[in-house]
Amino acid sequence: MIGNSLRWELNAFTGFIERQKNLYRRYWAWEAVWLLYNLVSVLSIGYLASGLSTLGLEPGHSNLQQAQLYLLVGALLWTYLSMVFFEIAFAITWERWEGTIEYTFMAPIRRLTHLLGMCAASLIYGIARAALIGLALVFLFNLDLSHANYWAALAIFAAATLPLLGLGIFTSILPLLSPEKGEQMAFAVQGVLLLISGVYYPITVLPGPLHLAGILSPLTYTLDGVREALLHGLSLTGALPDVGILLVMGIVLVPASVWCFGRAEERAKRLGLLKRSG
Amino acid sequence: MAIRVSDLNAAAVEIESISKRFGQVGRMRQLMPWRKPTTPKLALDRVSLHVDTGRITGILGANGSGKSTLIRILATLLTPDAGRACVFGYDVVTQAADVRRHINRVSVEASFFKEMSPWENMLYAARLYGGGGDGTRSRVEAMLERLGLPLDTLDKPMKQLSRGQQQKVAIARSFLTSPSLLLMDEPTTGLDPRSKREVQDLVTSIRRDRAATVLLCTHDLQEAEVLCDRVVVIDHGRVLAEGTPADLIRIHAGPDGGSLEDAFMRLTGKRLEEDEEEKEE
Repeated sequence: MIGNSLRWELNAFTGFIERQKNLYRRYWAWEAVWLLYNLVSVLSIGYLASGLSTLGLEPGHSNLQQAQLYLLVGALLWTYLSMVFFEIAFAITWERWEGTIEYTFMAPIRRLTHLLGMCAASLIYGIARAALIGLALVFLFNLDLSHANYWAALAIFAAATLPLLGLGIFTSILPLLSPEKGEQMAFAVQGVLLLISGVYYPITVLPGPLHLAGILSPLTYTLDGVREALLHGLSLTGALPDVGILLVMGIVLVPASVWCFGRAEERAKRLGLLKRSG
Repeated sequence: MAIRVSDLNAAAVEIESISKRFGQVGRMRQLMPWRKPTTPKLALDRVSLHVDTGRITGILGANGSGKSTLIRILATLLTPDAGRACVFGYDVVTQAADVRRHINRVSVEASFFKEMSPWENMLYAARLYGGGGDGTRSRVEAMLERLGLPLDTLDKPMKQLSRGQQQKVAIARSFLTSPSLLLMDEPTTGLDPRSKREVQDLVTSIRRDRAATVLLCTHDLQEAEVLCDRVVVIDHGRVLAEGTPADLIRIHAGPDGGSLEDAFMRLTGKRLEEDEEEKEE
């Protein structure tokens, strides 16, 4: 019985990944435009770092190279994190727009399967896109990764997945509750995360309340940890505190977000918000 | 997964005095007195209904009569404010997961991922209902062939299909999951006569084979008369009458006899078209 149930849910989980793959393929032109946009954004940050020499730092100076690597790692990671966050948070908006939301919510599957299926598809796609951009960076910039500890970076990156999913699911509640304004609110959340998580600067430069918010953001630990690993060769043992914090945040955020999503779904059903729009 | 008609003693649908009101002021809204007040609308008013297994029951009513609200409650997409609704004995609120395994729905608007093909959309639907393995493609092809849809449309984006073709894919999608209860919310509205006939023929074949219980919301009185075993007339969220089309005509159409339209007019005091006109205005 449990085996059958699990097989049923796994089948549906595969269905969500398969659906997203088909959608990405069908919307390939849009996806190419977004990829280009992401690439251009990251390159701009890279060239901004190169341009720092005009502010007094010598080209080739180790501080300049460090600054460039610092900013590029931030830009690349933000591209990945924001893309995954966007895909999860907009899963509901997208279904409203297509008009399929009622069919997905009527399907005999657990909401957890639905959400995890969407998350898995977003992660796979996000990693693929970030890898392509990363490859371009390696070719275009003379990056000094001689001190990098890739295993530590990978461990932090993997641990960051959980809290990232939690944040994404939390944000996807907004379009569920507010068909008209939820999408814009999700953009606002994304903007706040960019501000407080130290994507392009250490959070110590932020004023008190924003600094505190930065300490609570899982993205801060992801960015800090991966940067330390790539720039200064942070050891695997040294990465454990960041990995631990991220895992704890994930263990709290994922179930909490799924629970809140369930309550939001109940509310949407009470108020009649589960319908198409657009 | 489908419940066989012969296996069941329970009613397909049992509704006891359900009510649903939209636009009520919630607790959050009460804290915001500056927001414009809304007028609550009573969509369903103590509706009770019994639908036998294996039958086609028509819900006849004008726009805003509460038909779609009723369907959406049975589809577990809306929760009633009061009362209880059960599908094959499962409560639509407390046992929603069990209900969902036995139902599917065809809505007036064919809802698909428009860039994806019919095959991709149907594969996605099949996956959500435990299917999608070997043989799914041939089942889909057979179903679409039966509905008169050219097979070369199977891999084209949905957006390239006509409205009628999209609706046929929607019906095929619902059948792919072998529902025991099929909720059809105005499935032929907006279709050309030929497509309408093909969809109606399919519903007729369901009745002949007793393949599923069907709850059919419609505007089309002729369609209701031809397809439905029983008809429920609903207006302003209340059930006005129910019975076989012949019974409704005999009792409500007037002393000289008449049609289901006459019975509907006498019951509601208006024609269905009047509501259409009101809405357009």
